[in-house]
Amino acid sequence: MEKSMDTLKKRWICLFVENEIGVLARISGLFSSKSYNIDSLTVGETEDNSISRMTISLTSDDRTFEQIKKQLNRSVEVIKVVDYTDIPIHKKELLFIKVNKCSSSDMEEIFRIAEVFTITVSDYDKNTVLLECVHTETKNNDIIKLLEKSFPNRIEAVRGGSVAIESISMSER
Amino acid sequence: MEIKGTELFVKALKEEGVETLFAYPGGMAIDLFDALYGQRDIEVILPRHEQALIHAADGYARSTGKAGVCLVTSGPGATNLVTGIATANYDSVPLVCFTGQVPATLIGNDAFQEVDIVGITRSICKYAVTVRKREDLGEIIKKAFYIAKSGRPGPVVIDLPKDIQQAYGSGNYPEEIMIRGYKPNTGVHEGQIKKALEALNKAEKPVFLIGGGVNIAGAGEELTRLAEVTGVPVITTIMGKGAISTCHPLYVGNIGMHGNYASNHAISECDLLFSIGVRFNDRITGKISEFAPDATIIHVDIDPASISKNISVNIPIVADAKLAIESLQKNAKPLNIKKWVSAIMKWKKDFPIHMDSRPGMTPEMIIRKINELFPSSIVTTDVGQNQLWTTQYLELNENRQMLTSGGLGTMGYGFPAAIGAKIGNPEKTVICISGDGGIQMNIQEMATAAALELPIIICILNNGYLGNVRQWQEMFFDKRYSSTCLRYRKSCQKNCNNPGKACPPYIPDFIKLAESYGAKGIRITKTEEIEEAFKMADANKSGPTIIEFMIEREANVLPIVPGGNALNDMIMEW
Repeated sequence: MEKSMDTLKKRWICLFVENEIGVLARISGLFSSKSYNIDSLTVGETEDNSISRMTISLTSDDRTFEQIKKQLNRSVEVIKVVDYTDIPIHKKELLFIKVNKCSSSDMEEIFRIAEVFTITVSDYDKNTVLLECVHTETKNNDIIKLLEKSFPNRIEAVRGGSVAIESISMSER
Repeated sequence: MEIKGTELFVKALKEEGVETLFAYPGGMAIDLFDALYGQRDIEVILPRHEQALIHAADGYARSTGKAGVCLVTSGPGATNLVTGIATANYDSVPLVCFTGQVPATLIGNDAFQEVDIVGITRSICKYAVTVRKREDLGEIIKKAFYIAKSGRPGPVVIDLPKDIQQAYGSGNYPEEIMIRGYKPNTGVHEGQIKKALEALNKAEKPVFLIGGGVNIAGAGEELTRLAEVTGVPVITTIMGKGAISTCHPLYVGNIGMHGNYASNHAISECDLLFSIGVRFNDRITGKISEFAPDATIIHVDIDPASISKNISVNIPIVADAKLAIESLQKNAKPLNIKKWVSAIMKWKKDFPIHMDSRPGMTPEMIIRKINELFPSSIVTTDVGQNQLWTTQYLELNENRQMLTSGGLGTMGYGFPAAIGAKIGNPEKTVICISGDGGIQMNIQEMATAAALELPIIICILNNGYLGNVRQWQEMFFDKRYSSTCLRYRKSCQKNCNNPGKACPPYIPDFIKLAESYGAKGIRITKTEEIEEAFKMADANKSGPTIIEFMIEREANVLPIVPGGNALNDMIMEW
């Protein structure tokens, strides 16, 4: 049977795992050993400190994605795999951007941008501003692009990867 | 009452019914060995190398159905297990491997003989864990045995720091265990079974493709009945061979790179491929896009991740092979496929696997003699031509079993596996079929076999080459025999592809080698001597016998499906 030529698509997985030494290595190792690429992975303890919860995003075809879910499910340390790709979820990523060597007019521009895009100015001095953006991965991409265009070679960005949780109302996304 | 970690370890082994422990001591395992000293219920086997140790445990496990249990020290003791862990993982063999470890307080300090064995083995075992608290010890061992044996079996690694071994704590060993992330499938989805039967009943050209999963599940009898009721012919993978008697009228042969004509063609032409317990790896499928192109594919496997991994499956059934086959059998009925079956059987008759005997003694004759002389036996193979010939010519049924490293293809597997098999089955004849290359990868185990007085028959098919690679070099690399001649000496010309009388004598001299271990060695050069040699070896009950068969140097394994070819695009003769 011909290998299906599915198109690549962005996927989201929520993973409940044992909160133990080596589990993160097991999960990331599983991805690398099978040549699956991770776009982002976040991990943290849940309300139950024996369980960690990961949010993983990746880009793959349907068939590979099915295989990834099965492989994850097979790991003894994995308690539950939930596919978030096509269900209503809330997802947010924390992004810090520092803009360096700002003139006073740059400052004004940055504060304006912050207001429009719901970005928090968390710190600043005479010529530097630190912005805190809590948005979706896509929107954070746009913000980085915009600031890089306005302040080329002067921005420094660090992002944490997305965390996601199922929506309460089915319409909200 | 509080007991030491080492004492709980011994208690746990007893509760798990472990009778045989394959173990090699060292600094970080010495406390465990002390606790084992004088234990009457557990026989401790001391192989001569940790790699052989784990292969022996593997052979023991495959031939008894019990878990094989290993104990080694930290560092090199642990890393020497790696090849054996991967071997067992590929072929789904239940092993529990205990590795000593430096005290938990020293982990990460680059202490003497410290390695992160859990990190190293993570991708090649079913589960690996370091015991970090004494109170977890009992539960972790219980978990390890359960995980190793249940679902799709596999190797488990337990890393045991020395301070945990020495620490006092609860003597309680749990009777049951609940693992929230591990729930192997136990039932059968009847809806899927019904669908599968509907497809089967509609088929005009159906075949069963049977893999190692059926042997692991012990479902040979059920499968045979299912085949007989439906009349559907049975094809096996190397690992599935023997699930139905190879002499059964519905048995076609092995599929794959060195499968027979009838099997590969039947798979290519079938309209329904009913596969059970297979992985569809590349040696089986050949060119994926031309594999069973016209077939509806049904796949039964206990491991959901094996389904639709390489081949898209139309009807997946996640279940234990035995339960699934039993369930299928209840509603199975005879199919009207006489023409199809007789076409396959005509192929089988017209294109048998057979070796040209004009040059003299062939591996086929040697293996057929085993068929004739040893009806109740366990035959282990090494890897390479010796293995492929064995999978082609050895007849299997409920009394004769074959152990082989099918997935990883580990040279050095055969001999230690035979030791493990003999220890687990003292009443059976155990024969190891190896090549002159593979036997040297664990030849030191002659000491183990001799010391334990294990009457194993070791057949060395000596062609003076790493024969399988040499064959590929002959067929696909213009006969450039690069690093494959084992007769090569400094005095030889650098590049040689003309083996002949002028070649230097083989080293080692396997007969003298056998004798140096106090074992028996027989060298055979002629066909007429084969039977006599086997009878002499069989009569030697006090230790191992090496029979060195001087086979034709450039004999090939045929037929062959060259890599990348479709399954029915085979080279039949060379």
